[in-house]
Amino acid sequence: MGRILLVIRLALRDLRRRRTEAALLLLAILAATTTLTLGLVLRDAAGAPYQSTRAATRGPDVVANVGRAADLAELGKLATASGVTEHSGPYPVLAGKLEASGRTSDVQVEGRDATIAAVDQPQVRQGSWVSDGGVALEATFADSLEVGVGDSVTLGGRSFKVVGVAVTAAMPPYPGASCIVAAGCINGAIPDDRNLPAGLLHNPGLVWLTQADVLSLASDRSSLSYVMNLKLAAPDEAQAFVDRNGGDHGGAIPMQTWESILADATDLARDSQILLLIGAWLLGLLAVASLSVLVGGRMADQTKRIGLLKAVGGTPGLVAAVLLAEYLLVAVVAAAAGLMIGALTAPLLTESSAGLVGGAGTASLTWSTIGLVTAVALGVAVVATTVPAVRAAQSSTVSALADAARPPRRTGWLITLSARLPVPLLLALRVTARRPRRVVLGVVSIAVTVSGIYVLVVLNAFLGDQPGTGAYTEAQVAVLRHVLLVWTVILLSLAAVNAIVITWATVLDNRHASALARALGATPQEVTVALATAQVLPALLGAVMGVFPGGFLLFAAINVITGGDSDKATLPAPWQLIALVMATVLVVAALTSVPAHLGGRRPVTATL
Amino acid sequence: MSNAADTPVLSARGLRKEHGKGEGLVRAVDGVDLDVSAGETVAIMGPSGCGKSTLLHLLGGLDRPSAGEVSLNSRRIDNISEKALARMRRTDVSYVFQSFHLMEELSAMENVELAALLAGRSPRVARRRAEELLDQLGLAGRARFLPSALSGGQRQRVAVARALSNEPLVVLADEPTGNLDSDATLDVLQLFKDLHESGQTLVIVTHDARIAATADRKFSMRDGVLVDETLLTGGTTGQLGALVGLED
Repeated sequence: MGRILLVIRLALRDLRRRRTEAALLLLAILAATTTLTLGLVLRDAAGAPYQSTRAATRGPDVVANVGRAADLAELGKLATASGVTEHSGPYPVLAGKLEASGRTSDVQVEGRDATIAAVDQPQVRQGSWVSDGGVALEATFADSLEVGVGDSVTLGGRSFKVVGVAVTAAMPPYPGASCIVAAGCINGAIPDDRNLPAGLLHNPGLVWLTQADVLSLASDRSSLSYVMNLKLAAPDEAQAFVDRNGGDHGGAIPMQTWESILADATDLARDSQILLLIGAWLLGLLAVASLSVLVGGRMADQTKRIGLLKAVGGTPGLVAAVLLAEYLLVAVVAAAAGLMIGALTAPLLTESSAGLVGGAGTASLTWSTIGLVTAVALGVAVVATTVPAVRAAQSSTVSALADAARPPRRTGWLITLSARLPVPLLLALRVTARRPRRVVLGVVSIAVTVSGIYVLVVLNAFLGDQPGTGAYTEAQVAVLRHVLLVWTVILLSLAAVNAIVITWATVLDNRHASALARALGATPQEVTVALATAQVLPALLGAVMGVFPGGFLLFAAINVITGGDSDKATLPAPWQLIALVMATVLVVAALTSVPAHLGGRRPVTATL
Repeated sequence: MSNAADTPVLSARGLRKEHGKGEGLVRAVDGVDLDVSAGETVAIMGPSGCGKSTLLHLLGGLDRPSAGEVSLNSRRIDNISEKALARMRRTDVSYVFQSFHLMEELSAMENVELAALLAGRSPRVARRRAEELLDQLGLAGRARFLPSALSGGQRQRVAVARALSNEPLVVLADEPTGNLDSDATLDVLQLFKDLHESGQTLVIVTHDARIAATADRKFSMRDGVLVDETLLTGGTTGQLGALVGLED
């Protein structure tokens, strides 16, 4: 116990002594943990409005439908099946076309009673419930058509007055509605060259009429389908009920559980979640790069402290534990803060759908989310710190006490090549050659960032085309754009931190070489340009690799994970890719100019 | 404190360097006047912390004085830009440091040619000059060795070769034998004697009496002030030269 307290006390003291570095460490891990938390809790947060809607509308646990009147008896048997406590319906449903505001849309017209149903009584948000001659529209569909109470719409050639706008939990909101008509439905974008089978509904909306009006619209009884809503004694076993009764899609009686409706209703959240999780892994990589550089710099700074610890009897194990404990403490704080920020901000990234009751609430963190986020934070810290910590712990006590710097790496061919270049480039190449591992981290950091930006550019262009295709509504596109914005801001912030941290580590590591170069006649400007160029050269390589293969591979990975079709996306034009690479190099040059300038002007005599 | 009738190559007037403020004010160099003629070797001796190294830094433009003037070849260098000072260090002044300050990742040859490359010489010219100097200093066989594979004396000889690479007007040496054992010290003493004889202007800061004995003039420094000047006719002479083993 005493040893543990000692390790924690030493770790805390050192963190307090180097507050700026500790803050940068925290920031790097925090970016990754926040994004990961956002990704993990988004689904729960997005599910909250559906649960509210389900409660407010007496939402069904299972929705069953049949495509012909002959099967009504089968539907009737379900109403009395074991486990069913209540039901509503069967209600007739008709496939049709609705004309409003100069637009024609496919619809599923459900015939309902004017009285309150025991199961699935849609909650009216505007106006009133159905009455003869009056139609109620599902809220998201009404929003999409820009139709409200009092407007007139045409159904099957007859004019109906919109009497209400309502929400239901028996079907996902428009345009993701489930299909309850025999004609069949298809949702999403349809390629221009593909002809749909006759009668198939495309992105159908849901409207309610009285049963009498539906029957009067039907040309004959055979054109009607029927839907029934069931309430079960054990809602959590809805899928088991469906399996037991031979339902589910493709079965004798198509049935849909409330869980599958929830999944469809939160489809957008799933897309957001996938984007955020991929972003979290990218940020995790960037965090490892940040940490490796920061830790490397700190270890170099801590050489003497390590020597002192060992000189007073600290074993290599204790020294390694102290060094690791610092980063693990930061990782734990970053995990806690990331979990809190992620959980609080997740609702801002979910759709406040008109088709559901209430907004997305604060998702409660599950133990699995807490465990995973903490494990990732600790993993990032351990991956970045174990090797330098163990290496430092095993170093010679005498050389550690003498504060001997880690000798730089010699890259002979680069030294020979640099001799032929102008002074700033000569110095820059030699700075680069001294610490190849740091250069690799710089290249990886920029490559990961540019890969992320590449995907953002593609997705942004893709979303720009969406409102016209019907796959996403404008509101949904806005939500996904928010997700991309969060991605971009966090990604660019961490990349900027990385660029500055790597440059500063280079400046510190090269302070002696820079001072010597100046003592031998290099001007401060030449040293500054050399230090900045030493960052820009890897940035150029990283930016090129970030576009190809980085960006292409990441986009392909996203398509594989989401089951997306890359043919639907417009890839950036060559000029855009060139502009991306050039912009990256310019931004890195700008970010590194200040630390490089400071490094180029450090007093020579103080260093030598 | 000059004995030179001709124009000095390096000159300081009322040179002062202060650190801190108020009660914490420290005058590392306090009103130094000094003239060094072309081809002359000047030694500055004194205890640790008396301001010798600071004075050397001021003379070579590595540090800025708080007051006073420094001139090189009759041109003021205390008020010129950092860029101009850097250009001056390429060709007119060079340093030899106590702890050598060689680039650890560069071979002996690459360390020597670095100064010439920074001065804008072509890689071929820089390489030829480095080979020539290493050969003169008896390091031809060690040209491709990294500093870590060289002895202390050999490292200091590489540092001297680097300092001579651009044929500077003045070489400023800061405790050049401070980190060396006895054999290496004699080695470096001989080297500075040879440089002196070849007409190279040298200012050497040391607290080793043997190396000071190789100089034309020796100054003693206390608390930032040059307190005493001794003229040593013709450099190393008499019993002291014999004592250090430089003369028969």
